Amino acid sequence: MATASASVLPLKELDFYQVDDLLDPEERMVRDSVRSFIEERVMPVVPHHWEAGTFPSELIPEFGELGLLGPAVSEEYGGSGLNSVAYGLICQEIERADSGVRSFASVQGSLVMYPIEAFGSEEQKRYWLPKLATGEAVGCFGLTEPDFGSNPGGMRTRARRDGDDWILHGQKMWITNGTVADVSIVWARDENGKIQGFLVENDREGFSAPEQKHKWSLRCSVTSELVMDEVRVPESNRLPKVQGLKSALSCLTSARYGIAWGAVGAAQACFDEVIRYCSDRQIYDKPLGSFQITQTKLANMGTEITKGQLLVWRLGRMKDQGIMRPQHVSMAKRNNVRMALDVARECRTLLGANGITLEYQAGRHACNLETVLTYEGTEEIHGLILGHEFTGYAAYGA
Amino acid sequence: MKICVCVKRVPATTTRVVIGADKQLDPAGVEFELNPYDEFAVEQALQVKESGGEGSVTAISFGLADAKKELQKVLAMGADNAVLLTHNSAPHADGATTAKMLAEELRNTEAQLIFFGKQAVDRDQHGVGPAVATRLGIPCITEVVKFELQGNQVICEREIEGGRETVTAPLPCAITCQKGLNEPRFASLKGIMAAKKKPLEIKEVDLESAAVEVIDMSLPPERPAGRIIGEGPDAVPELIEALRNEAKVL
Ligand SMILES: Cc1cc2nc3c(=O)[nH]c(=O)nc-3n(C[C@H](O)[C@H](O)[C@H](O)COP(=O)(O)OP(=O)(O)OC[C@H]3O[C@@H](n4cnc5c(N)ncnc54)[C@H](O)[C@@H]3O)c2cc1C
Repeated sequence: MATASASVLPLKELDFYQVDDLLDPEERMVRDSVRSFIEERVMPVVPHHWEAGTFPSELIPEFGELGLLGPAVSEEYGGSGLNSVAYGLICQEIERADSGVRSFASVQGSLVMYPIEAFGSEEQKRYWLPKLATGEAVGCFGLTEPDFGSNPGGMRTRARRDGDDWILHGQKMWITNGTVADVSIVWARDENGKIQGFLVENDREGFSAPEQKHKWSLRCSVTSELVMDEVRVPESNRLPKVQGLKSALSCLTSARYGIAWGAVGAAQACFDEVIRYCSDRQIYDKPLGSFQITQTKLANMGTEITKGQLLVWRLGRMKDQGIMRPQHVSMAKRNNVRMALDVARECRTLLGANGITLEYQAGRHACNLETVLTYEGTEEIHGLILGHEFTGYAAYGA
Repeated sequence: MKICVCVKRVPATTTRVVIGADKQLDPAGVEFELNPYDEFAVEQALQVKESGGEGSVTAISFGLADAKKELQKVLAMGADNAVLLTHNSAPHADGATTAKMLAEELRNTEAQLIFFGKQAVDRDQHGVGPAVATRLGIPCITEVVKFELQGNQVICEREIEGGRETVTAPLPCAITCQKGLNEPRFASLKGIMAAKKKPLEIKEVDLESAAVEVIDMSLPPERPAGRIIGEGPDAVPELIEALRNEAKVL
């Protein structure tokens, strides 16, 4: 139940251009329901988990029950068949709490359930999707390798045919959920040089997923290596409809779409917190918010958040109309994550020393957003994608 | 079993109240939500239906047409259908009028159980549940914190000053729900999608003018600023004096 806030300002996110009016009633209801869940169940435990460097896995069944895992997957396989704007709003609300918690949901939905639905066999879909939707099973997505991040096409992980089976060999790195996953989607190059996707149960012989520790970013999320030492999987574990690297990249388009929305949530969380702080905190006997420098800081942040909201709203409508291209997603991911990182850092300055503690959100969000800036296509790579789009010259490689 | 739950759309508890020219809450910029106590009522109604394995839950609200949003939330939580009794001056209705509207609708439903929140957090009148029960001639148990259905009777624990009492009543009966009764569920995404297809009937009702009329509304006086009495042990006697005679908390 909502309780009255001691603050003079209502607990409401910035919505200066009434983007709310652009949403359907169901979309608003999805957002509000997810928001209440996040505020009541997730927000209170996030700072502790962040400090401890642990994922709040006790919440996984509740995530499943609410339908936050693979919401866009069709109802037939345990999803809710939501539209893209509703999916975006879910990411926004989860990331309002923490980018690491949102990463868990993004990976499960966009990087694991989406490829199984899009490229899997009927049998694979029927077996895995309902379990992944309830959270009974957790998945991860292994594309990045120690030496191949921005250019995954160079990957060294190999898949070799052996009778009816495949033998996988290689190493993946920076894999979200790796250690806690029941199944990994592993991308590997076959003997003909073609990139294939495999479902690898994490208890297969030769497979291990040690956790990568000592992170100062995304501490509420598990990040792991995947080590495959001659791991044998049957042909029935190969995703049959994969067509090379572009299939792997299409998963990323779906995840990046959610990230562009999520970044708005992180920025709003920081902004809302700092707006309240600016009215409560007295400096030279006046509220912090009454100083001119503070006001232009808030004006800039409020403007950038509003622009970011409109960008993803339009992107979502384009996605549902089937006219969104990956380049459109690049613009929103690049803009909004940079925006959110800048907002988080600026809010941190306004919070002064308080801003470096976990009692306030801005510092944690700023640390997290450093990862978000890098994963799912770095800021630079998305710049190159847009440069390519606008000039026709590809400037990625040599 | 046929179960009904009566719900109200109220300003969010985080609202900064502004009083309009008509001496009512100025709704501009106010967020509305399902009355928090009604969430316990909805949850209990759904639990009774689920544990019995059959039956239906109907949500009923009396209010402006906007209350459709709150009814849709109740449908998304799991109710089977909803009825919105609407009239333009519903916000001016007193508890007795509201109870009359609801009772007239409920009379035809043959509901065995009718759940209410113990109060609506906007006007805090606590009266609608008991008044509806009186009109229907059925028992009413208020401020329930524990609910159990045994055959044709209910056994409830309710909060009383300094303790709890356990009471029982035969079906059909009305229950008003207090915080602590249960943990209301969130509307799941599947529930929200399913709610779109559930029946929500809107009925225009005739309304007599309310017997009780609001003639004024005012905000609580501004809290006086804090005062520093002094520092260290020397200030303690004066502090105790102030706590005793000014704040009157000792
Ligand atoms: C916490 C975390 C979780 C992650 N989760 C996953 C996951 O679940 N699954 C997964 O597969 N991966 C995951 N990643 C990996 C992430 O996608 C990669 O880190 C990212 O793609 C960048 O690769 P890299 O780290 O190898 O950097 P590099 O590719 O080595 O980039 C280093 C720098 O060079 C720049 N650069 C690269 N190419 C160019 C170019 N052509 N021109 C100019 N500049 C360039 C980059 O922008 C960057 O600034 C995760 C990463 C982190 C930090």
